[in-house]
Amino acid sequence: MLSWLIRRVLMLVPVFLAVSVVIFSILHFIPGDPIDNLLKPGSSPTARAEMEVRYGLDRPLPVQYGIWLSKVVRGDLGTAIVARRPVADLIAQALPHSLRLGGLALLFSSLFGVVLGVVAALNRGRWPDRVIMGGVLLGSTMPSFWLGLILMLAFSVWLGWFPVSGARGWSSLVLPVLTIGLGGTALITRITRVAMIEASGRDFVTLLHAKGLSPLRIQLRHVLRHALIPVVTILALRIGWILGGAVTVEVVFARPGLGTLLIKSLSQHDYPVVQACLLMLAMAVMLGTLLGDILQAAMDPRVRAALS
Amino acid sequence: MSALLELSQVGVAIGKVALLDRISLSVDRRQILGLVGESGSGKSLTAMAALGLLPLIGGRVTEGCVRFDGQDMAAMTDGQRRALRGRRIGFVTQNPMTALDPVQRIGEQVDVVSRLHLGLSRSAASARTLDLLTQLRIPEAAAVADAFPHQLSGGMKQRIVIAMALAGEPDLIIADEPTTALDVTVQAQIIQILGRLVRDRGLALLLITHDMGVVAQVCDRVAVLYAGRLAEEGPVGPIFAAPAHPYTAALIGCIPQEGMARGSLRGIPGAVPSALAFPPGCRFHPRCPRATDLCRATVPPLLARGEGRAACHHPGHGAGAVP
Amino acid sequence: MTALALPAPMRALRHPAGGLAGGWLVAVIAAAVLAPVLSPWAYDVQALKDAYQPPSALHWLGTDEFGRDLLTRLVYGARTSLSVSGIAILLSVLCGMVLGAAAAWFGGWFDRAVTTVVDLTWSFPEILIALILVAIIGPGTTGTMIAIAVAYLAQFTRLTRAQIMTLKGETFIEAARSLGAGNAHILLRHLLPNALAPVLVSAMLATGDAIILEATLGFFGLGAQPPVPSWGGMMSAGSALVFKAPWIILFPGLVVAVTVVAINLYGDALIAELDIRGRMRAAA
Repeated sequence: MLSWLIRRVLMLVPVFLAVSVVIFSILHFIPGDPIDNLLKPGSSPTARAEMEVRYGLDRPLPVQYGIWLSKVVRGDLGTAIVARRPVADLIAQALPHSLRLGGLALLFSSLFGVVLGVVAALNRGRWPDRVIMGGVLLGSTMPSFWLGLILMLAFSVWLGWFPVSGARGWSSLVLPVLTIGLGGTALITRITRVAMIEASGRDFVTLLHAKGLSPLRIQLRHVLRHALIPVVTILALRIGWILGGAVTVEVVFARPGLGTLLIKSLSQHDYPVVQACLLMLAMAVMLGTLLGDILQAAMDPRVRAALS
Repeated sequence: MSALLELSQVGVAIGKVALLDRISLSVDRRQILGLVGESGSGKSLTAMAALGLLPLIGGRVTEGCVRFDGQDMAAMTDGQRRALRGRRIGFVTQNPMTALDPVQRIGEQVDVVSRLHLGLSRSAASARTLDLLTQLRIPEAAAVADAFPHQLSGGMKQRIVIAMALAGEPDLIIADEPTTALDVTVQAQIIQILGRLVRDRGLALLLITHDMGVVAQVCDRVAVLYAGRLAEEGPVGPIFAAPAHPYTAALIGCIPQEGMARGSLRGIPGAVPSALAFPPGCRFHPRCPRATDLCRATVPPLLARGEGRAACHHPGHGAGAVP
Repeated sequence: MTALALPAPMRALRHPAGGLAGGWLVAVIAAAVLAPVLSPWAYDVQALKDAYQPPSALHWLGTDEFGRDLLTRLVYGARTSLSVSGIAILLSVLCGMVLGAAAAWFGGWFDRAVTTVVDLTWSFPEILIALILVAIIGPGTTGTMIAIAVAYLAQFTRLTRAQIMTLKGETFIEAARSLGAGNAHILLRHLLPNALAPVLVSAMLATGDAIILEATLGFFGLGAQPPVPSWGGMMSAGSALVFKAPWIILFPGLVVAVTVVAINLYGDALIAELDIRGRMRAAA
């Protein structure tokens, strides 16, 4: 088990390298020279060259990559070109906000998604199923930035229950979490429902009924347990989705975080910051898949057996 | 005095499709009734009806009644029916490979029956489980109880399923093709175990199979099902000596005999018709060598024959009547 | 019996939800095509004295900050949004099918390489992929189109690959092969046509997601550039005015949501008619 875990973590290394190459090289295709943003109009070519040397932009790309990677591994993410501060500082400032928002949204959507999925599956084809699935469909088809703005309009402006924007206090989290969470809830509800229906058609469920167990107990103790395996797998794979939602929603609610930082630095062509943001998001995705594999092994003895 | 399990004139439908047509069967304590037929003839459906589990597959009893120990199951509440299942009626499924919950330990799956129905404590239930597994000649019972289903062989899993069926101290066991999915050597063991249970514990056993050989080996009575209708029913001896229904005769003809050349095994030409398109008259007539216009037009009535009953316009009169 | 003779896309319209959804989609597409005929207003002529008018008999959905009729812009916006997402998905499906079919057919290191890259991109949110790509290509309709196409490439590659992998083992392929059919023949004549239905239906469903993605890019100001209207662009402009003139952002969002719901409902009916639910799920 432990050896599997070690191997599984080591497997992330080549993935990390591949991702880092992609992130590093993509950013060098972006048109628009960040140096332009820094130089006063009409600066001399010498000043420009000096600036390029200072940020290492004059070396060949593979060398730049090597330098960048070795620094990244040591936790040095470079200096933001526009903000002129260590990127690590910017990230350290933004990350907790994003983690709090993403984590809560994940929790919210898992909880509600599973509950709604179970209720829908238990009432398959009847009105609670139809209502839930209709709501889920609607929830997953609204652009999240639009939903966020409408929620803001309704609850902050008209009703005045929550602050319009910013990140002060827990009440400022409610609407953003809701906005991201509704999309996630839709996804999880759908998977849970299908997985429940699929699992309750399995052979062993017939025998559970034949043993005289109550239908509710069968559904909640056995069927749901099986249904949760694909739910967890897909959820782990789709942690990126939640983060993607967070990017948009952070901008809408003007919250500090990785998303806001990413969008801002993208528009300012601030390479080092964009690279760091993408790297953080990529790491979150990789850790998500790792977590998914671990949870799957914890939940399914057959998976454990296949691993050792 | 009525039998332990009695189906009288039971009709079963799923949606609008009628699948079983006036089936009457009974099985009593210390007795093994073999229910035979090809796949699609309605054997498993009969088992589900007897267990009161038809709603699970979207089916329902449309006519007649199923009585357990003299009580009409249709008149019971869901809770009462549930109290019978596992407690007084044990069920052994067709495919042991998929019958057990793959993510639960074997022991817990067996324990739950005696905890639920006999009110045993956790420790008493697991002690009882170990006892049951040992009785079923499972080596290293404690290790098996601690294992997950995927760690066991098919034959072992089927013993576990039998142990689960026995855990509630039932009066009746319904075994739906308990050996089909298993190796030949293991098949014999499982049949032996079931036969011994009836002798030692005085159980009633409804043994569903498509193998007349198994019937000849352990059953007291046999009921032959074809396309949702009872073709023939009666004590094993006389029926094997002189099957009245040509379908029964054909099934008996399918038993491999010692000394038979390989490949000489007789199959029955054709297939069981779909429930959506049952032929008129006798449902067996398209495959029957004795079929006449009468068979094509009129449903043969189920008439008494010796100690049994048969539904055929042209019943056979002896072993030589095998078509 | 006549119902069976109709092609599945028509039969899907006979489902209650499928019919309603299909009707909406036809209406939106027709409105987009006929926009100049339908609307008395121009989408780009500014009339500042008419700015910020709430919905009225004259301007059914009100006017924006430049006094332009919102309904008109919405209808013209449908042209941009639908064509950008539609063409992007078409592009994505074509590339994805080639890539997925090749991976499944040739197997070996090529398959492993494709699968690894596809799985990797698949776990990244489409919006992030699209954002980066638009940043590289530059904002505008072309950039958006390519970005969306690449963002969904992984999905169609996966789906096609899974379909071909299942079909590959089936008897009729073995039969064709034993009759001496060549690789290309089997792939083009037998495998791809059979894999087509699930891929096309999921392409339709993805078009719904692409509409949302296009709107989101538009919201960040990276989509079609003014004055060309797109649903996302309209909402982007409206987001700054959400407290002053909420109708500017309200209606485009509603149209997006209803259109995507309609695509999903119609897609569901189509899946039911084609009886491919299992095959759709196998690859998800």
